[in-house]
Amino acid sequence: MAYNLKDIIENRPSRLTSGHRMCAGCGAPPVTRMILRAVKPEDHVVVANATGCMEVSTFIYPYTAWTDSFIHSAFENAAATLSGSEAAYKAMKATGKLDENKVTKFIAFGGDGGTYDIGIQSLSGAMERGHDMLYVCYDNGAYMNTGIQRSSATPHFADTTTSPAGTKIPGKMQPRKDLAKIMAAHHLPYVAQTAAYLNFKDLYEKAEKAIYTEGPTFLNVLAPCPRGWGYNTEDLMIINKLAIETCYWPLYEVVDGVYKISYKPAKKLPIEEFLKPQKRFKHLFKPGNEWMIEEFQKEVDKRWQELLDLEEITNKVKEN
Amino acid sequence: MSIRERLSGNEAAAIAMKQINPDVVAAFPITPSTEIPQYFSTFVSNGTVDTEFVAVESEHSAMSACIGAESAGGRAMTATSANGLSLMWEMIYIASSLRLPIVMSLVNRAVSGPLNIHCDHSDAMGVRDSGWIQLFSETNQEAYDNLIMAHQIAEHKDVLLPLMVCQDGFITSHSIENIELIEDDKVKEFVGKYKPEHYLLNDKEPIAVGPLDLQAYLFEHKKQQADAMRNAKKVILEVAEKFEKMTGRKYGFFEEYKLEDADIAIVCMNSTAGTAKATCDKLREQGIKAGVLKVRVFRPFPAEEIAKALSKLKAIAVLDKADSLNGAGGALFEDVTSAMFISKVQIPTINYVYGIGGRDTTVQDLEKVYNDLTQIVKTGDIQNPYRYLGVRGEN
Repeated sequence: MAYNLKDIIENRPSRLTSGHRMCAGCGAPPVTRMILRAVKPEDHVVVANATGCMEVSTFIYPYTAWTDSFIHSAFENAAATLSGSEAAYKAMKATGKLDENKVTKFIAFGGDGGTYDIGIQSLSGAMERGHDMLYVCYDNGAYMNTGIQRSSATPHFADTTTSPAGTKIPGKMQPRKDLAKIMAAHHLPYVAQTAAYLNFKDLYEKAEKAIYTEGPTFLNVLAPCPRGWGYNTEDLMIINKLAIETCYWPLYEVVDGVYKISYKPAKKLPIEEFLKPQKRFKHLFKPGNEWMIEEFQKEVDKRWQELLDLEEITNKVKEN
Repeated sequence: MSIRERLSGNEAAAIAMKQINPDVVAAFPITPSTEIPQYFSTFVSNGTVDTEFVAVESEHSAMSACIGAESAGGRAMTATSANGLSLMWEMIYIASSLRLPIVMSLVNRAVSGPLNIHCDHSDAMGVRDSGWIQLFSETNQEAYDNLIMAHQIAEHKDVLLPLMVCQDGFITSHSIENIELIEDDKVKEFVGKYKPEHYLLNDKEPIAVGPLDLQAYLFEHKKQQADAMRNAKKVILEVAEKFEKMTGRKYGFFEEYKLEDADIAIVCMNSTAGTAKATCDKLREQGIKAGVLKVRVFRPFPAEEIAKALSKLKAIAVLDKADSLNGAGGALFEDVTSAMFISKVQIPTINYVYGIGGRDTTVQDLEKVYNDLTQIVKTGDIQNPYRYLGVRGEN
């Protein structure tokens, strides 16, 4: 479809207003604003939010930063809660209790704690049941709201408050879970991994597809955290860029089971470039710890190759 | 004309739900309430209701989906038992604090552990402070009638609280009894349309539900919940009066059975009241003035009214089908005795914890209770007010 992104950013009012209390340099608010900009101005949205940074910073009684309808009930159940709202919508539309010409879209936001970990059952259930809703995970790679504890999205070796880089154990000893692939394994019509990069184009286009594809859809969005990752707040977009250019955070989509990598760096940067500006990886650069960077690089390479293979295989299957 | 039927308690609950025709039912199977979502999904499959049935992956999600649906502006219902309710526990409190009039059919069963699938009231007692209205049902008829009355109570503007209708697992849920059903159109008219003032799907007035609510406001919000629970008393009686006009069946906060001239009485809830009445009849034939007070409305607790109803007795036994494990007595006992104390009703009162994990409670067991009360009246000696009934190693 033809659209002018600059025009959209300039002229579509943000559906998440300013005045919320998210930190400067946090990756979540720009991502959320951009996703909601992909909603047609005439459509109404019911936003569900898992407990987390975003919820406690955007809706502190009696103030809310949300211009659409919004519901937060608990930490682990944004998907189940929203599935109930979506079911009510269907029933009420069918029985003429709602205006038949008015469209409401259903979008859930959860951090990686509320999505990868405590909320994965609720998410899996809602997606399998086929509700017409989008679930967005803003992935900052740890439980930031409670003070930077490790999650299953925390990268290998990262220093967190429950996987501290100690003298015996050098940070989190496990690589991260691959949630987008888990969601793809639900055979959803649309799954994508994205980030605020390349002037938000990738994020905007994927958000629009996800919102307007009928059925359950999922977006995994990188949302760096200056407090947890230890970067300067003004460097948010640089961190996003390095995550993508090193292939730590590949941009891709899975449409009806077919993988498509949205961006292949012409020259894949070494992982050090991404790790170096972040305090959580500081110990990786101490003499004697070179093996940790090597191992990290190996894992990134392995997963990137796996993605390239998946793209090739699934496209072949599609052609056949 | 009402419809005469023979139904199990679960069938009766499912039929009440069918007649109510809610927008959303979200439920997860658990014995002994499993049949309710089973019967109900048949109604959905055959198009006899307009409901969206959400076959969730857990009870936590069942209550979460009900919260999402009710906030959205729909009527949401669910059914569960025991551990299912335990898994919902977090969301049970959130449902009432968001002031959502969700209606649940709770088929009472022992909460693990160890695992047991039979009836006691530990599930309902575990959420007695959660801000839900709790109605108890002696028979299948009462389980049905309470559900028909539920929305009128829960959705009243002065109430806006979720409500659970309790009945005894297996004892009534799986026993077939004669029942009088109300015609569909009469139920529809009685229950009425759900017209929430604010709801998520009202695009003309977007709302935000479920804030971070800190020191500045949470206390006031909790006070509003407490006020709503107090308001519910009046509404429960008004709805019962309307219901009586429609059906001829009379409901109050509790039922007094041969209590007027009684010397001794049992206070209990749910199906045990039937056994207590039978025991009472037997003793009356022997000239013993026995009575029963069956609590229907446990939350809100009709403290003053119960104290008054018990005020002329000489000895009272309160039966708890769940122990509070506080070393002092069950929940009903504590509520009844504190109500009596506040109303300055000083009567020897003892507590029996009974029927745990589905242990059968017979007329013989309750005869023993009345005999104990007769002894207390004679001697004035209570000895131990906190007793177990029908358990090995006691009595």
